[in-house]
Amino acid sequence: MARIFAYIEHKGGVADDSAAELAAAARKIDPAASPTAIVTGWGADLDTVCNSLKASYTEVWKIANEALAYPNGELVRKALAKVVPHGSLVLVAHDHFGVDLAPGLAIKLDAAFVSDAVAIEGLDGAFLKVVRQEFGGQMSTHVRCDISSGAVINVRPGSFKPIDSAPVNGAVTDKSPEVGVLTSGRRYVGTVVADAGDVDISKETVLVSIGRGIQEKDNVAIAEELADAMGAAVSCSRPVVDAKWLEKSRQVGSSGQTVKPKVYMACGISGSFQHLAGLKGNPFIVAINKNPKAPIFQVADVGIVDDLLEFLPELTSKIRELK
Amino acid sequence: MLEGIPSAAQATYWSIPGPVLFSIIAFLGLACFAYIVARRLAPLLRGERDIRFDRPLLRLERVFKYWLGQWKHPRFRTAGTMHILIFAGFLILAFQAFSLLILGISGDVVLSRFSETAGHLYGPVKDYAATVVFLFMVIAATRRIVFRPARYEVPAKFGKGHKADAIFLLALIATLMASEGLIEASKVALQAQRGQSVEFLAVLSLPWLMKNALSAVSQPTLWNLYRGAYLVDVLTFYFLLCYRPFGIQFHVETSLFNVYFAKLDRGTVKPVKWGLDAAQLDQVKSVGVKTFEDFTWKHMLDFYSCADCGRCSDQCPANAVGRPLSPRFLTTKARDYSFQHYPIVGASGNGTPLIGSIYSEDEIWSCTTCGACEEECPLLIEYIDKIVDLRRGMVDDGNVPKSLQKPLKALESRGNPYGKMEKKRAEWTKAPDFQKTCNVPVLNGSTSEDTLYFVDSITSYDDRMQSIGRATAKILDHVGTNFGILGAAEKDSGHEVRRFGEETLFMALRDDNVEAIKASGVERIVTADPHAYNALKHDYKDVPPVEHISQFIAREVKTGKIKFNPVEDAEKVYAYHDPCYLGRHNQVYDDPRDVLDAIPGLKRVEMTRSRDRALCCGGGGLMLFYEPKEEQRIGVLRAKMAAEAGANVIVTACPFCMVNMEDAIKVAGLEGKMTAIDLTELVDQQIARGSVSTVATSEQSAETIQEPAPV
Amino acid sequence: MEILVCVRRVPDTAENEIELNRAGNDIERDDLVYSINEWDNYAVEEALQIVAKAGGNVTVVTIGSDEDEEVLRREMAMGANQGVLITDDAFNGSDGKGLATILKAFVQKGKYDLILTGVQAEDGSAQVGGMLASLLDYPFASLVNSIEVLDGKKLKISREIAGGNREMNEIDLPCVLSIQTGINEPRYVGMRGIRQVASLEIPTYGASDLGIDEGLVGVGAAKVQRSDYFVPALGKGAEMLHGSREENIENLIGLLKAKGGLK
Repeated sequence: MARIFAYIEHKGGVADDSAAELAAAARKIDPAASPTAIVTGWGADLDTVCNSLKASYTEVWKIANEALAYPNGELVRKALAKVVPHGSLVLVAHDHFGVDLAPGLAIKLDAAFVSDAVAIEGLDGAFLKVVRQEFGGQMSTHVRCDISSGAVINVRPGSFKPIDSAPVNGAVTDKSPEVGVLTSGRRYVGTVVADAGDVDISKETVLVSIGRGIQEKDNVAIAEELADAMGAAVSCSRPVVDAKWLEKSRQVGSSGQTVKPKVYMACGISGSFQHLAGLKGNPFIVAINKNPKAPIFQVADVGIVDDLLEFLPELTSKIRELK
Repeated sequence: MLEGIPSAAQATYWSIPGPVLFSIIAFLGLACFAYIVARRLAPLLRGERDIRFDRPLLRLERVFKYWLGQWKHPRFRTAGTMHILIFAGFLILAFQAFSLLILGISGDVVLSRFSETAGHLYGPVKDYAATVVFLFMVIAATRRIVFRPARYEVPAKFGKGHKADAIFLLALIATLMASEGLIEASKVALQAQRGQSVEFLAVLSLPWLMKNALSAVSQPTLWNLYRGAYLVDVLTFYFLLCYRPFGIQFHVETSLFNVYFAKLDRGTVKPVKWGLDAAQLDQVKSVGVKTFEDFTWKHMLDFYSCADCGRCSDQCPANAVGRPLSPRFLTTKARDYSFQHYPIVGASGNGTPLIGSIYSEDEIWSCTTCGACEEECPLLIEYIDKIVDLRRGMVDDGNVPKSLQKPLKALESRGNPYGKMEKKRAEWTKAPDFQKTCNVPVLNGSTSEDTLYFVDSITSYDDRMQSIGRATAKILDHVGTNFGILGAAEKDSGHEVRRFGEETLFMALRDDNVEAIKASGVERIVTADPHAYNALKHDYKDVPPVEHISQFIAREVKTGKIKFNPVEDAEKVYAYHDPCYLGRHNQVYDDPRDVLDAIPGLKRVEMTRSRDRALCCGGGGLMLFYEPKEEQRIGVLRAKMAAEAGANVIVTACPFCMVNMEDAIKVAGLEGKMTAIDLTELVDQQIARGSVSTVATSEQSAETIQEPAPV
Repeated sequence: MEILVCVRRVPDTAENEIELNRAGNDIERDDLVYSINEWDNYAVEEALQIVAKAGGNVTVVTIGSDEDEEVLRREMAMGANQGVLITDDAFNGSDGKGLATILKAFVQKGKYDLILTGVQAEDGSAQVGGMLASLLDYPFASLVNSIEVLDGKKLKISREIAGGNREMNEIDLPCVLSIQTGINEPRYVGMRGIRQVASLEIPTYGASDLGIDEGLVGVGAAKVQRSDYFVPALGKGAEMLHGSREENIENLIGLLKAKGGLK
């Protein structure tokens, strides 16, 4: 069985949630596997992360390089290509970083590449059986990947539940010397932070969230009324921002805000994974959607099939009556 | 020349003999005018072709009705009456003006050469005419200066105001009237002082008043006044003549031509370029109006002819809700542009893009093509064709708002703006309860069906509007019509596709539909969708005659095939809302009303704006996808009008009106107080089944009376 | 600037119902309408805007069969100077690396300053751009949502990252960028425009024209292959409220109160 690596993203000395998910994914490939965490970065933050990973990974490869102080996918790829043994399996989170790093990494390692895996069904000889989705999540597909010369696998965040297991006593191996000088034709210049907007939805405990089902800008008021009656804030999915019905700061999703509310009303939201990726913690999700087949009903706690344009106003007035 | 007092034209002015002076003035004046008109014609010569010389008799008839008869003016009672009087005054005084200027003698004197009576009649008539005109000039100027009505204001985004110009013109015309009056007055005063026989001046007319004021003035002064007034009169006349083409007063000259050349065919849209067929259209480099020179010469003439009265904008639904469109300014901005780029003195400019300079994109996309502006304009200025042409230009440049790109793409791939599958177009006929009672066959060319029910996209696919389809089918079925639908072979009529500027896509949809209609072998078409009705009637060629379901029902009510049960709910008060493409564009106002009035016990009220003044619901077809910038929805205004008229049910005869009305009722907070129902739904509900007339054919079986569902 | 945009013809997302076919091994393809992959369309629009300012040409290329020509023509109607079809039976069944290998051969036949792809297509793999860059050894950036040409040698770009933030980068030319939706507002392509390009020449290239070793592409070389399509058996999912609207509202309010959703 090939060695399994998990590339760990981190920020401010804290490993990303995906660290535990990747460990779980590795177990799906091989239940006996003991994946190696591989972390790049620079300075004290990197050390802090590596130390924290010792509890869940038996081996942690640290690559400290000043050029990697900011995770530039191009440079990380070069570093990994130098240290990862040929034939290994490398797991990466399928997010803005993983999408940037992984396909090119697969080429450099001469390995196969599987993108956005939502489930791993195990090995079949030299083939790994993976489940993916296509057509915006409307269809699922079984994929067979020849891993005989290794593979890079992007794992969809939130698809693999972290396994509760006893802490291990891992060791940190410093792989930095093997990497050498890193340069790239792409240079990080800075990060432009999105406008905060008038409301920070990431701090809200109750959210009334709208999607394409709201149909037009004038209907946004319906959600605002409900939010007002509930003491909540309004958030949304990407199509609503693309259509310019709400500002970007209201968007929940992988390219928007991450929110951790107690209660999340998903109104007219289909439930694409990019949207759900922004929903963390374990909120009580209520889904209201005209389409009984909407994927959101898979993840919601309570589901109602109804026209939100009619349901929400009635809900609002009922709530107001009770006050 | 009368004994004693020579004609002012013959007198001497600062040692220049009158005939010489006035010949020079006349020559300069006319030459100037000719030059100015020629310069004004310059852009028209560069404009696109326009076919306006056909059907001369019909055109002449309309000149009599709309120009001479001022037919549209009374629609605004006060201002209209004022204008009719001023116009009549101008016509009456025209003869006087020419007599005075050319012959140097008064018009009634000229006439009396031919007929005593005519001369005697003309004198007072012209005196009063001049007085009336003078009075209205003073009133109008006072309105402008003192009262400053809000509707004359020009918001900054629409260009500069023309107030100074307006007042200047009013002053000039007043001067003309006054100077002519003074000519008469001073002459008569002179005659009186010399003891000569006095020309008659109408009592209390302006010249009469002036004459009395001058009675004590010395003769030499009178003589100077007389000559001076004449000089001022002549100079003012020629000045006005040459000044009018610089502003709104040009309509004095152009109105006759504008009315003559006006568009004859309601509900139609001009071809992309007159004289080009579809195949050639693909080869042309650019289509639509992008620069000023892309307008046709007639459209340019429209810009010249606008009197800036603002009646179009007063009726415009888009303007009423604060959209960037105001038809009046569409015209005046273009006129200002043409004056700026084609000056009387100086080089002509050439095509700068209009969108982005004088027009904004939203301005042009905001139009619902309801036609209220065209209905109102006393000069018969056209708007819809211009807006369609401007949209064609934007489409050609790829400049289409995102909200419209999606439905257009869906129309291209699936033949409907929703992107739904073709094979599901006839699903509405399969609703379980409906299917049992009414069979709607899909026509396949077998000759038994003679009538096509053209459903169109929204009625086919929209959950709510499908009930209009079912109601219509049941009505057709009730009177034994042998009808069917095209089903998956039907494509969107393309009515709005054309009016939003995508002519090529429209032609593709049309050609497919025409082929399917021909293959079906039907002899007539019925539709419940006024947009489809208008398209089939005016945009499509070589298809069987089409009528709207309201016309069909009205006829069957008259023949007795359709009888109604009385209305059950006495509290219901119904207001009929005229759909633009049934009412204003096709002038079907009475049939739907007759149908409603044939329902026993139905209480019907008229909204303040109805028939050809009906307020558009907000627009249909692609307009439902467009996201306009507006202060409120057009439909909300209409729903409130219905409530003000005392109604609690709005009856529509168009699925798009239904969408907008039901939406408006919610947004306006009228839920529970107002509902909307389609004419077909109401008819289907009230039809007395089982009491079908004795004209029933042997194929019809006795039907049980069904309980109409309460509205 | 010579820009190459790699495009793909896919079943339209809005105008189709994606369903499993009767055999259960593919989606139902009768009655599908196809169009250009939405991300690729943004990429072409971006390319057109760049050459409008900086001068140059836009070439669109796709790997497929004759049916795929229609998207090339549509992008040419939009303004692309040239369309190219790469077609060969040997290419059928290629995985992402196979496609990238084919594109690499085409790129090396020309001289392109900038290569654009969409972030992803209908299969959501988001891989071809990154793989192509790696094979060519060109710098790469994904999820690009703005491009500024600094000079003939480099660009300033931003990438879409979490929280709506933008990661600013400088990148040397030649490079490969994968373009995110929303980077611009693509212009409308009218039917007239499409008719006007209907008879323009679209050159085709096969494996031998590009000098591609057939052993590296096609189904034989594909390390990743789809076994089937399926619709997952619905798990427990949400507790559905099946009452009347009033009942549902009452139920829901009770639940919201219990979970702290009403303040």
